[in-house]
Amino acid sequence: MSYTPHKSPIANLEEKNILDLLKQDKRIDGRGLTEYRELRIEPNIIEKANGSARVTLGKTQVIAGVKVEVGEPFPDTPNEGALSVNAELTPIAHPSFESGPPGEGAIELARVVDRSIRESNAIDREKLCIESGKKVFVVFIDLNIMDHDGNLIDASTLAALVALLSSKINNYELKDGEIIYKSEQKPLPVNDCPIAITFAKLGETLILDPCLKEEAIMKCRLTVGVNEKGSICAMQKGGLGEFNIDEIKETTKLATEKSPEIRKKISEVMKNAKN
Amino acid sequence: MNLNKIPEKLIDEKGLRIDGRKLDKLRPIKLEVGVLNNAEGSAYVEQGRNKLVVGVYGPRETHPKHMIIADRAVVRCRYRMTPFSTEERKNPAPSRREMEISKVIREALEPAIMSEYYPRTTIDIFIEILQSDGGTRCASVTGAALALADAGIPLKDIISSCSFGKADGKIILDLSDAEDKYGEADVPVAIMPNFNYITLLQMDGELTIDEFNKGLDMIMKACMEIHDLQKEALKQKYTQNDK
Amino acid sequence: MSLIVEKRTLVIPGQLIAEGDFVPGENAYKREDKIYSLRLGVFDLINKKPTVVPLKGFYFPRAGDIVIGQIKSVEVFGWIVEIYSPYSALLQSTNRSKYRRDEKETRKEIRVGDLIKAKIVASDRSRDPLLTIQEKGLGVISSGKNVRISPPKVPRLIGKEGSMINMLKKETSCKIFISHNGVVLVSGPSENEEKLALWAIKRIEAEAHTSGLTERISEDIRNARKKGDLNFES
Repeated sequence: MSYTPHKSPIANLEEKNILDLLKQDKRIDGRGLTEYRELRIEPNIIEKANGSARVTLGKTQVIAGVKVEVGEPFPDTPNEGALSVNAELTPIAHPSFESGPPGEGAIELARVVDRSIRESNAIDREKLCIESGKKVFVVFIDLNIMDHDGNLIDASTLAALVALLSSKINNYELKDGEIIYKSEQKPLPVNDCPIAITFAKLGETLILDPCLKEEAIMKCRLTVGVNEKGSICAMQKGGLGEFNIDEIKETTKLATEKSPEIRKKISEVMKNAKN
Repeated sequence: MNLNKIPEKLIDEKGLRIDGRKLDKLRPIKLEVGVLNNAEGSAYVEQGRNKLVVGVYGPRETHPKHMIIADRAVVRCRYRMTPFSTEERKNPAPSRREMEISKVIREALEPAIMSEYYPRTTIDIFIEILQSDGGTRCASVTGAALALADAGIPLKDIISSCSFGKADGKIILDLSDAEDKYGEADVPVAIMPNFNYITLLQMDGELTIDEFNKGLDMIMKACMEIHDLQKEALKQKYTQNDK
Repeated sequence: MSLIVEKRTLVIPGQLIAEGDFVPGENAYKREDKIYSLRLGVFDLINKKPTVVPLKGFYFPRAGDIVIGQIKSVEVFGWIVEIYSPYSALLQSTNRSKYRRDEKETRKEIRVGDLIKAKIVASDRSRDPLLTIQEKGLGVISSGKNVRISPPKVPRLIGKEGSMINMLKKETSCKIFISHNGVVLVSGPSENEEKLALWAIKRIEAEAHTSGLTERISEDIRNARKKGDLNFES
């Protein structure tokens, strides 16, 4: 069951300061309205995982790990492997996060990250089939939020994507229904590079990559997932407010313009990682 | 994918362990203090292939109200393994093992915390295991002690922790995952170095009294070594600010 | 009787700082004949007692202190106020600002999210601190910018006989108020001056334990003003 959350604990005076600055197209940390915070991407930080990444966006920090396990395919897709995304808003990340099963925040986060990756067909699920109808590889992506300073969606989608790009699975041979793993590894087949870009509406102004204080007073947010071709593959509106058509058009246009920048950064990082 | 095969021997003819260590050697340890932005105190620990982050909040208000203790702070501790921390993916739901370890870690640290200073509040310790390779509860105590100091919580001492055990008949220090799984005994220990008090002690396996005593001597020495590393990590973080 | 550590050095919890017939000062404890530090901080001898001045600390409410807090919620008896301490404070609705005689009006005046300047009238170990806004200068804060610093750094921000805070006020032409619980209120002639003041305050907090700070900060403020653009998140 979902219910209206409390008003977040930002002082009225601070809210007024942030909104006054926005009227002059300025933000509290000096950024432009469509500027991302400093982005740091580190792939392969957990050797035991098939793939992993740490993404730091400003002060927000997310660690993603990929584990590939063998499972049964879904009955309606006997030749396809599966993808499962899980997120944990760990209590170290923010004083208001509590221990316990994932709440609606964690579940929405996981599902929005899943959406970009699944709908862009970033993982070729047919290549994950081991034995039709019986055995397939299931790709688990687990997101661990370590430090929350806003825009968990973009940071988490990036972390999940880079974790996938850094993932390796072992070659195997099927003998009498048993899987025998070999020691050589090959990269997980990743076909696309979907980027999630989130906008927040504060007052009447749209900003990109809201930090925590901006999120605390935003009316609503919109996440746009863009694939390599430049098409939109995912969207999610969140929050109590509303957007008008022009705002939707503006954000989708901006998202398609911004995503190549981020993709470039990812390929730089992955290239350096190989060396 | 579980690719691990059961090792034939844990200790070879030259007296070296699977990872090349001598019987009484610690795994390489890296300690860093103040690694998170929101948590009031935090620490990052690497010990061998173990990797973990500890975050501390508090003292802060106690919720729910029925948990309040009138004359001291409540200490809460949660040890959690991330699903990608082990060879086989760990189900994110809390396991009984994690709950026991949370309790044992809290009881290892509480004797050093001056909780009477902050009645009716809560001190929260959250441990996230990013990668696990044996001895994570010890590494967690080591990290949590640093995070508590980093948060400014008054402590009688910095608790240090390590394990000893037995493999292929020999007493060994700082067990890795394979040694824990396939060895003959595993004894995690935590101490308050100033007074040589033991605040955590558990054992799995079988040891004679002599073996146990030998291990105990080994572990006290090892914990003092770790304590030195903890002191270094704290000083490094704060003297860095002096330019 | 001997000091094991030199004054003004960094000490960690559990570290031996003195031996012998001393009486332990704040943030130190004694066992048998030895005195140990309880906190991460700087060692000093204050009134002949081995003491540790902590690097990080929480505000512990004391009667008589002036604090700046944020209204968290409205209850039947009044308001619950966040004073950035392990304890929430209470402002009773019977405590009226002297400018308003009507209780209903007072409740409308103070809303959730408002910042208030208040005085602690009572505080002890068994219950949450009680606030009053009945004195001059207390009440809802309606303008200016605020920043929080770690409470142990408040004395450094004030400086010896006010030297640091007076320098700041002079260099930035801002009105600056420091509450006991570490909230600093800045109100100045322009956005830029306020930004400079906030930036300087954060710098002082970070370098509180270094020497020559007052001169360094005043010079840095002048240089920063010349350079122009300062990125600071309040």
